[in-house]
Amino acid sequence: MAEVLVLVDHVDGEIKKTTYELLTAAKALGSPSAVVVGGAGAADKLADGLTEHGADKIYAAETDSTDFLAPEVAVLESLIGSAAGVLISASANGKEVAGRLAVRTGSGLLSDVVGVTGDGVQHSIFGGAYTAEAKANTEHPVITVRPGAIDIEASAGAGARESVEVPAASGRQATVTGREPIQGGSRPELTEATVIVSGGRGVGSAEDFTVVEGLADSLGAAVGASRAAVDSGYYPPQFQVGQTGKSVSPQLYIALGISGAIQHRAGMQTSKTIVAVNKDEEAPIFEVADFGIVGDLFKVAPQLQDEVTKRKG
Amino acid sequence: MKIVTLVKQVADTYSERKLSDSDHTLDREGTEAVIDEINERAVEQALLLKEAAGDGEVVVVCMGPDRASDAIRKALSMGADSAVHLSDEAIHGSCAVQTARALTKLIGTVEGWDLVIAGNSASDGQVAAVPAMVADLLGVPALTWANELSVSGSTVTVKRETDDGVTHLSAELPAVVSVGEKSNEPRYPSFKGIMAAKKKPVNNLDLAGAGIDGSEVGLANALVSVTSSAPKPPKQAGEKVTDEGDGGAKIAEYLVGQKLI
Ligand SMILES: Cc1cc2nc3c(=O)[nH]c(=O)nc-3n(C[C@H](O)[C@H](O)[C@H](O)COP(=O)(O)OP(=O)(O)OC[C@H]3O[C@@H](n4cnc5c(N)ncnc54)[C@H](O)[C@@H]3O)c2cc1C
Repeated sequence: MAEVLVLVDHVDGEIKKTTYELLTAAKALGSPSAVVVGGAGAADKLADGLTEHGADKIYAAETDSTDFLAPEVAVLESLIGSAAGVLISASANGKEVAGRLAVRTGSGLLSDVVGVTGDGVQHSIFGGAYTAEAKANTEHPVITVRPGAIDIEASAGAGARESVEVPAASGRQATVTGREPIQGGSRPELTEATVIVSGGRGVGSAEDFTVVEGLADSLGAAVGASRAAVDSGYYPPQFQVGQTGKSVSPQLYIALGISGAIQHRAGMQTSKTIVAVNKDEEAPIFEVADFGIVGDLFKVAPQLQDEVTKRKG
Repeated sequence: MKIVTLVKQVADTYSERKLSDSDHTLDREGTEAVIDEINERAVEQALLLKEAAGDGEVVVVCMGPDRASDAIRKALSMGADSAVHLSDEAIHGSCAVQTARALTKLIGTVEGWDLVIAGNSASDGQVAAVPAMVADLLGVPALTWANELSVSGSTVTVKRETDDGVTHLSAELPAVVSVGEKSNEPRYPSFKGIMAAKKKPVNNLDLAGAGIDGSEVGLANALVSVTSSAPKPPKQAGEKVTDEGDGGAKIAEYLVGQKLI
């Protein structure tokens, strides 16, 4: 069975869940080979998890290069010849590695897919308004997979280790001069959360976002924000949901003081259940809400939080 | 400093976007076309750099149908100096790799540029990597998702901001930069700017003019194909109740009913 390369997504020795989603998806196409590009010993730390999730082979490419994303591209380029395809997480970095790899190797680029089969891939576009199927017309397509789209199935692979060289970068590269990782905090990640509570301009201030956070914490939820809330400085940009923010699809999405502009809906309308609280009964968010309360979020959200806490207690 | 900015005309995100039934490409007839908002930020960034340097030139590069000239006008009225526009029926349906290759050729028609500035992600695709792909083809560094950018001497540095956090990048010019949504607030064209834009030079090219062979672009030669597409039925609105002091409790009841809490 032909091997399928999976670029391992990891930060500071920790695996990202999306890697296991990629390994699951890779099994539909062939034999998964995990490619770890990182500092000395990076692969050792991740090997067990990768094997448990289906990696038949683990390529360890160790490097201390400060070239930005160039080692990842170069390693995948050196391995792609015998592969049936390459799977990469559709993160900002992953999309960039994928694009650069595709132009170098003349491979079809299938971006941000939500499903992979032997016949092709599935896309969900315009914020879930359309579904489309696509295929590559070249050998070894490069595919980026939307985080959270694939349900992880753990089934162990052979996990054979192999060290590979990191070829020298071709062309001039950007140099990484510093990094400041995001402090995750105790709440779940937006794209991984099963429940999300989001606040909009209606929350009115950064201080009052504690109302959104309070409800979120009672539900074990992630906190999101509309672009208006981000632009007004109420909440940091990495929490923005929508067209130019994150696309999320949780079991439950609660929108507080969000009008439901088309660009916000583009990032959340595929959520399983949507609940909205807005004092304007004409707000378009109600068009996609399964349950809506026309009212003041500052009255409704704390009451809901109390009810949730009561039921848990 | 000579700066190239990449500009794309897209379907307005405020309008309902559709795919055509026949070839699964964007149905441009049914939608309002505008300059992609992120490209206004790319143009703004170029203008800020030019103003800071005290001199320089900003050249808009655009690939797209004739009506994309509106997007070009907008960029010129903001203050860009000139434009190159590749418009040819044959590019319809080009995939990301073909687009990056064609843009690279198009950028090649601009002589002596120092910096290419693009938007980080178009609102009508999900590739979000074309600037990096172009950089790779040009053999220059890619500094992408920049929310802050500065040029000092021949060095460009950016603060890259993504879900993974902040990465500080630096490189020597020439280079490609893509800007993020929080990079700047684009200016509104002034009346003077709008009038001046009418007289600014636009180099209108077809494929041959840009030195691109017909086999390198277009739906029929694309490296990937969309085989089918279908609109999803829109979500139906559910129940809506007015809060009478028990709104929070009502939601809790609903969530219990749905087995969500
Ligand atoms: C290219 C482009 C990309 C965009 N990308 C995004 C994106 O990724 N994400 C995004 O969110 N937006 C995006 N937008 C912006 C979008 O068009 C809207 O401007 C934005 O979503 C509005 O945010 P909002 O609903 O919080 O604010 P508003 O539209 O101002 O709505 C605030 C709502 O709060 C309600 N309210 C006020 N006080 C209370 C209260 N006490 N209790 C209950 N309700 C109250 C009001 O009735 C109102 O409906 C984008 C726009 C463009 C052009």
